[in-house]
Amino acid sequence: MSIFPTSVAVDPDAAPAPSRDGDAASSIASRSDRPDATPWAASGSTADARLSSPARLSSLDTLESEAIHIIREVVAEFEKPALLFSGGKDSVVMLHLATKAFWPGKVPFPVLHVDTGHNFPEVIEFRDRTVERLGLKLVVGSVQEFIDSGELAERADGTRNPLQTVPLLDAIQRNKFDAVFGGGRRDEDKARAKERILSLRDEFGQWDPRNQRPELWNLYNGRHTVGQHVRAFPISNWTELDVWRYIERENIDLPGLYYAHDRGVFARDGMWRAVGEVSQPRDTEQVITKTVRYRTVGDMSCTGAVESAAATVRDVVIEVAASTITERGATRADDRISEAAMEDRKKDGYF
Amino acid sequence: MSTDIDTARAADLLDEAPLAHRSLSTTLFRFATAGSVDDGKSTLVGRLLHDSKAILADQLDAVARTSADRGFGGGAAGAPDGKQRIDLALLTDGLRAEREQGITIDVAYRYFATDRRSFILADCPGHVQYTKNTVTGASTADAVVVLIDARKGVLEQTRRHLSVLQLLRVAHVIVAVNKIDLVDFSEAVFREIEADVQKVGRELGLGRDELNTGGITDLFVIPVSALDGDNVVDRSDRTPWYDGPALLEVLETLPAADELESHLESFRFPVQLVVRPQGALAPDAVAAGLDVEGYRDYRAYAGQITEGSVKLGDQVSVLTPGQAPRTTTVTGIDFAGRRLTEAVAPQSVALRLADEFDVARGDTIAAAGPAGGKIPQASADLYAALCWLSPKPLREGSKVLVKHGTRTVQALVRNVTGKLDLANFQLEPTSTLELNDIGHAQLRLAAPLPLENYLHHRRTGAFLVIDPQDGNTLAAGLVKDHPGDHEDERYSI
Repeated sequence: MSIFPTSVAVDPDAAPAPSRDGDAASSIASRSDRPDATPWAASGSTADARLSSPARLSSLDTLESEAIHIIREVVAEFEKPALLFSGGKDSVVMLHLATKAFWPGKVPFPVLHVDTGHNFPEVIEFRDRTVERLGLKLVVGSVQEFIDSGELAERADGTRNPLQTVPLLDAIQRNKFDAVFGGGRRDEDKARAKERILSLRDEFGQWDPRNQRPELWNLYNGRHTVGQHVRAFPISNWTELDVWRYIERENIDLPGLYYAHDRGVFARDGMWRAVGEVSQPRDTEQVITKTVRYRTVGDMSCTGAVESAAATVRDVVIEVAASTITERGATRADDRISEAAMEDRKKDGYF
Repeated sequence: MSTDIDTARAADLLDEAPLAHRSLSTTLFRFATAGSVDDGKSTLVGRLLHDSKAILADQLDAVARTSADRGFGGGAAGAPDGKQRIDLALLTDGLRAEREQGITIDVAYRYFATDRRSFILADCPGHVQYTKNTVTGASTADAVVVLIDARKGVLEQTRRHLSVLQLLRVAHVIVAVNKIDLVDFSEAVFREIEADVQKVGRELGLGRDELNTGGITDLFVIPVSALDGDNVVDRSDRTPWYDGPALLEVLETLPAADELESHLESFRFPVQLVVRPQGALAPDAVAAGLDVEGYRDYRAYAGQITEGSVKLGDQVSVLTPGQAPRTTTVTGIDFAGRRLTEAVAPQSVALRLADEFDVARGDTIAAAGPAGGKIPQASADLYAALCWLSPKPLREGSKVLVKHGTRTVQALVRNVTGKLDLANFQLEPTSTLELNDIGHAQLRLAAPLPLENYLHHRRTGAFLVIDPQDGNTLAAGLVKDHPGDHEDERYSI
């Protein structure tokens, strides 16, 4: 599938292209993409929409270019960036964008995973496979280790998502990361709706909504002092549907639990919970097998599945386009704790 | 329990066109709203989100519950027409910190889409720090919607908003005359306000730009009722005297700023970084059959096209501060394994050049020769309009950082030449600028930059002023032409 309306295959060693005049028409007419050994380039069909004007980029192209620009700015201006990678779809898209930003070079930073210890095994397997495929360094911050050492206490409700903040900040400090990429999007939550693309954090990782730098044009100010770091959100302006359309267009591999599968689940707090090592039904909760999929992946003990027959990326795109409930409202118990749950966690240094 | 799926809507989506094609045929459009809470801005934003079906069931349920709790829509007696209304302003209700203090802290970004376009809405709070918020929202906007209360007409704040938009060269300005229901849909009231808006527009130089230089090309005035939805998404039959488009129609059809600017032949490409793997090739690309030998000496310059377009074989100039422009030919336009023949703003690409120049971050690649028009001339003297966004005032003689494109240099504030009175757009003498002031200043740069007049180049004419101490952004800068040839070398730094 062509990303650019006027893209055309040429030989890497070809002579300089024809002059400015007369080339535009032929390049559109002969448009085809010969992917140059790039897995995703081979993905789509060649029969995509013919745009009326070569100057008109699609919204996905514009969002992709914006994200790549931000990723490159951060890499150019910071000493030691890292990318927060959970195996969730947003972080997978982020990593995909990073591979495109530096092609044909390697992604020039490590990935950081804050492991709650409450993982879906297939997501951890996906994480390790992806890191291996791209030749990346993986840094893991472990919630379990902090609980074992007594630095963190298990919550009464057993949810570990809010506990990720301490190991995250510890990993940032120990590794001297000065910029951390996250897959946060402004459409997820009203706290995120007001956060900058480059978000300055103090020594405690705190976000101060009243003291944010104005973000003007496409000029990003990442200056920070010792002890401070910056969270960078290159896909701030993407919606859930944009993410899924992009996953479809780029043929991006995701953990299987994003697609419909049969699973033993039980109902709790108005959500379907998976049965697993850390997620056991109480006596009153009956386990039944349902065809479900996940819209977010996180702490297995608090992430709910939705009933869905969407088994392919195309099915999911249709489902998301038609869905009448937001992804966090549907599937995240930790955001239901209070109306301002995300705001509170962000102020404490969460993503 | 389960996600509610509106299968009818999904089927509609599928019937119209395959989704992949839809995503390729919709374009992105960024707009901002300016106005105060009293103008009904939050209600208008809520109405746009609601009527374009961007509000999801769980959000709407929560808003309906709160509306009923607060007795919205006529209290216990209900609305006059007997319909239960919901307070759409609640859809944009902000952070708890804001509710506790009864203020709106910051620009909030909202997203919605129609069949034709995906929209990014920068919702800019009005009362407090309106200059800071309007400048921030407008800097990335293709259009700005300014709200006026039909009962109040054009106020000083309206003039201020329009002044800021004129200064920032926003491509399209739409004035929504809201609460038209509260003046009984009176044509006379609307026409009077419309005439006042046009008059202010003429004073400021808004309105149709015959030269189509990408400046403000359109000034629309639309009568709306955000509360009831008149002329917001659909044209209203309660304003039969208005034969223009509804607000959303305008937003769906206006050309985006990049579309306007890509007509310009002035290719500009600030180099972000050099892609030079030197053997450290991406393992996934190698596994997929990348020609390792062929890419051993790969070298390309990565960046985002800020303006214009570039084709293979184009003559370009590499602009390095302190050096004469070097001209070469574009031999490759690469994007993640694709080789393009042409690219346009705002694409992120990597360029290969015929000559092995020493090109680095901070350099600018620009069109050379007659087709590209004038090559930007590097200068260490910067004349600019500054929108001061910090509580720390600007003082003559202070040292700051200037971030322009991909380069940051030290600068000395030589003098502040005036402060704009936004109500009448006159320059008043001053030697300092304070928070939310807009003024003119002269800076001396430690290294020359390829500066261009903001009036003609919205990207390469823009810069940030940064505090070297704490790193905070102090001002949004707009490059102006040199006032004359009075170079003063006494202030060389």
